[in-house]
Amino acid sequence: MGRYGAKSIHLLIVGDPAIILRQSSHQGAPVKSILRLAVNGKPREDAVAENALMIDYLRDVLGLTGTKQGCDGGECGACTVLVDGKPRLACSTLAHSVVGREIETIEGLSRAGNLSRLQRAFHEHLGSQCGFCTPGMIMAAEALLRSNPHPGRDQIKVALAGNLCRCTGYVKIIESVEAASCAVEQAP
Amino acid sequence: VNAPEHKVVTLKPASEPRGVGARLPFVDGIEKVTGTARYTADLPAGGALFGKILRSPYAHAELLEVDISEALALPGVRAVITGDECDMPYGVIPIAQNEFPLARDRVRYIGDPVAAVAAIDEVTADAALALIRLRVRELPAYFSAAEARQPNAVPLHDNKADNIERALHNDFGDTAAGFAAADLVREDNYQCAEVHHAMMEPNAALATYDAERGHLTLWSVTQVPYYVHLTLARCLKMEAAHIRVIKPFVGGGFGHRTEALNFEVVCAMLARAARGTVRLLMSREESFLAHRGRPESHIRMKLGMTREGRLTACEAEVVQRGGAYGGYGLVTILYSGALLNGLYDIPAVKYDGYRVYSNTPACGAMRGHGTVNIRFAFESLLDSMAAELGLDPIEVRRRNLLQAPTDTINGLKVMSYGLPECLDWVEAASGWQARKGKLDRVGNIGRGLGMACSHFVSGSAKPVHWSGEPHAVIILKLDFDASVTILTGASDIGQGSSTIITQVVAEVLGIDYSRIRIIANDSAITPKDNGSYSSRVTFMVGNAAANAAENLKRILVAAAAKRLAVTEAEVDWLGEAASSLSNPDKQISFADVAEEALVATGTLTVKGTFTCPPEFQGGKQRGGAVGSTMGFSYAAQAVEVSVDLDLGKVTVEKVWAAIDCGFAINPMSVEGQVQGAIWMGMGQAISEETVYENGHHMAANMLDYRVPTIVESPDIEVHIVESIDPNGPFGAKEASEGPLSGFMSALAAAVEDATGQRFRALPITPVHVFDALNKKPRVAKPQAESAQGAA
Repeated sequence: MGRYGAKSIHLLIVGDPAIILRQSSHQGAPVKSILRLAVNGKPREDAVAENALMIDYLRDVLGLTGTKQGCDGGECGACTVLVDGKPRLACSTLAHSVVGREIETIEGLSRAGNLSRLQRAFHEHLGSQCGFCTPGMIMAAEALLRSNPHPGRDQIKVALAGNLCRCTGYVKIIESVEAASCAVEQAP
Repeated sequence: VNAPEHKVVTLKPASEPRGVGARLPFVDGIEKVTGTARYTADLPAGGALFGKILRSPYAHAELLEVDISEALALPGVRAVITGDECDMPYGVIPIAQNEFPLARDRVRYIGDPVAAVAAIDEVTADAALALIRLRVRELPAYFSAAEARQPNAVPLHDNKADNIERALHNDFGDTAAGFAAADLVREDNYQCAEVHHAMMEPNAALATYDAERGHLTLWSVTQVPYYVHLTLARCLKMEAAHIRVIKPFVGGGFGHRTEALNFEVVCAMLARAARGTVRLLMSREESFLAHRGRPESHIRMKLGMTREGRLTACEAEVVQRGGAYGGYGLVTILYSGALLNGLYDIPAVKYDGYRVYSNTPACGAMRGHGTVNIRFAFESLLDSMAAELGLDPIEVRRRNLLQAPTDTINGLKVMSYGLPECLDWVEAASGWQARKGKLDRVGNIGRGLGMACSHFVSGSAKPVHWSGEPHAVIILKLDFDASVTILTGASDIGQGSSTIITQVVAEVLGIDYSRIRIIANDSAITPKDNGSYSSRVTFMVGNAAANAAENLKRILVAAAAKRLAVTEAEVDWLGEAASSLSNPDKQISFADVAEEALVATGTLTVKGTFTCPPEFQGGKQRGGAVGSTMGFSYAAQAVEVSVDLDLGKVTVEKVWAAIDCGFAINPMSVEGQVQGAIWMGMGQAISEETVYENGHHMAANMLDYRVPTIVESPDIEVHIVESIDPNGPFGAKEASEGPLSGFMSALAAAVEDATGQRFRALPITPVHVFDALNKKPRVAKPQAESAQGAA
């Protein structure tokens, strides 16, 4: 079960505690099994609850809190990470469903302490205000630039359509992605 | 001993502009793009208990019993609390405190917190909630202002028998004479749906109770840590000195977090009850239920106008559905009337406002607090009347301009006024004269242009708590390492306040950005601040920062004079270095100056303050302080739309916006604020709307609550007008709220240009446009019928 629960409206209707306990755990503790995958280039082997979502694995087990939870599941895009280079919502992905895959989060983008071209562009062009949508936005844009190094405005909009931002009105986000697509990746 | 060696001497001022007027990235931007910025839910909380809130499934009921005995007995549960935990009502306005962190005796909306648990994990917390039994007696519930105002309605609060939280009647100038002198008098009704902030970061709090000392520390998502601090002291009956409030990175606010919210107090109460650390993460749905957004409003607007387009009188009645508790409500209804003034020259204004309680989540402050809906009505009617008189919309506004400095009829001071320049730019940039009313229909796509003006305060000149303190305080620390640390209580919630304060200090001292650090929002370290709301920070805290930097500079110049063995008047202050005017070749570094300044005194802390003088604090009438400010921002905008005449879908193609922000301390940030404000206005204009069915929030998620995506968002071109306000820091005023409230009427005008239909209700969704174009007004379903589906 996700951190916020699937649908907290259910809390309003008094449920059967025995069923809640039975559904969610086994003798008080969730069943764990070994999860093997790679996160930001590092192979990992962790004992992870079988019902754990990728976002909880990243944040709670690995401490990679750059990936944000902005909604109750699949609404806002703030948790976007890359799985084998493709954008994926970590809040709607079971950790054990990506066994053996390569996961990339916002923490894996900068190299040797330098900002990636997208990180630099979002920073310098104010593509980020409060910053909460920024990691997901940058990961979605990263996937776009890898497959299409010089996207047009409409292509940028389609690629980021699932990532909500409430601060910028998106104007400077588009400008940031355009700036990054023109920039040369800085050597570390 | 251990003194650093000063080998590096910078003999020139910094080459790149580092002070005001520079397009600088945010000082905390690198953390945001690398994912290292820690928001409340990201704070390390190893061993923290899991908090969870039980919410009322009833819209209105007497709470007869909350039985927690079984929940308390569940293994793994550390604390279960109810309304018994706190008998002190709280609320942001001292005279309207009627909310409890956990309901006592009565629940007033679906989602009202009734109990909370702290347990070792989420599963146990969920199970404990399910073991809590409620016994209630249901009461009639009211989901509209009209229902709540019925003569026989049950009062939500005992002290307001008619469910009217605040009725307000203001009459300035002679409205009767004004209407009599008018050549054209028109009256129309306007309606605005309730909207919500939908800030990206859901609500969250972390609390630690030190049982040995009886001390509490709370980390929260607040815009005003100081209000949270006071509320915790009040509700937990603790000494404020035993409480510490810290604001980490915050993912937006837009007004949602300008009041202390129930979850913050509940988290603290749980930590105290469990004698430990509790993390309370609200779901998106729960964040929607905390609401505090812009109220559903019904507005009757009447204007009088001469044949030449001069306004003669204005009469407005506003009814706001305020929700279940007071919150900021009475300020919202006051703002709505006060800010009818200050934009144009109107000789007489009469205003009747009614703030009504209802069994829905409480409304509060939201970007453009109080002005947005009434501005939609005013600008819309102004357009309609101009059209009737054959006047151009821009021209009619030009005929009603103010001349600064001036006092409005309700006692507001207008000190700087760049609206004429805003209008000129918008007219030229949008190609107004050539294109308004002349855009061709392409197939089934109609196209149109519309425009509007708006304004907003740069902070309220009279604070909510009138304690006699300055409006803002900044502390600068200079130490052995020759770094300058800014300590501020101003909350950076993404709007960039820490960056603006840093730029101001860098400008006054002339030193490099990299020498300056800023530490914000830890009540144990930073000075109290009144918080980030009503666009007060740039103006008030910016002035305090300039004052602090000037105070520090005086000390540094004296130290430089001593080290250079010249008089202070002879010191040539270069920022990163100093020399004497008579001998420019002899320079000493900033580090040398700092070393000298610390002789015999050690670490320097220097304070700066800012206070709004009483003459700026509004009219003498009751509530007259609301709307008073030292500087109004002004904005004009033109909106171009296309409308699919078959489907009724409105697409915003482009917006041209001009903002008079006095002076742009950071032009890039001003652009970002204006774009964000206008875009948020677009959401309210075309798609955003909370929906309650029988009290159930039917859009408490980011899909059903339709925030515009990047695909439907237009380019927004921003032009900055610098009127150089006499009182703002370097002439600066606010930039982030004023532009919002012009959008809706500009869009409605553009839609009218495209379709011939004037829409007077928001949001202007495809359903409404389709029905209007097809002349099929939809009949609203009776309440009872639509309610059945909600069970």
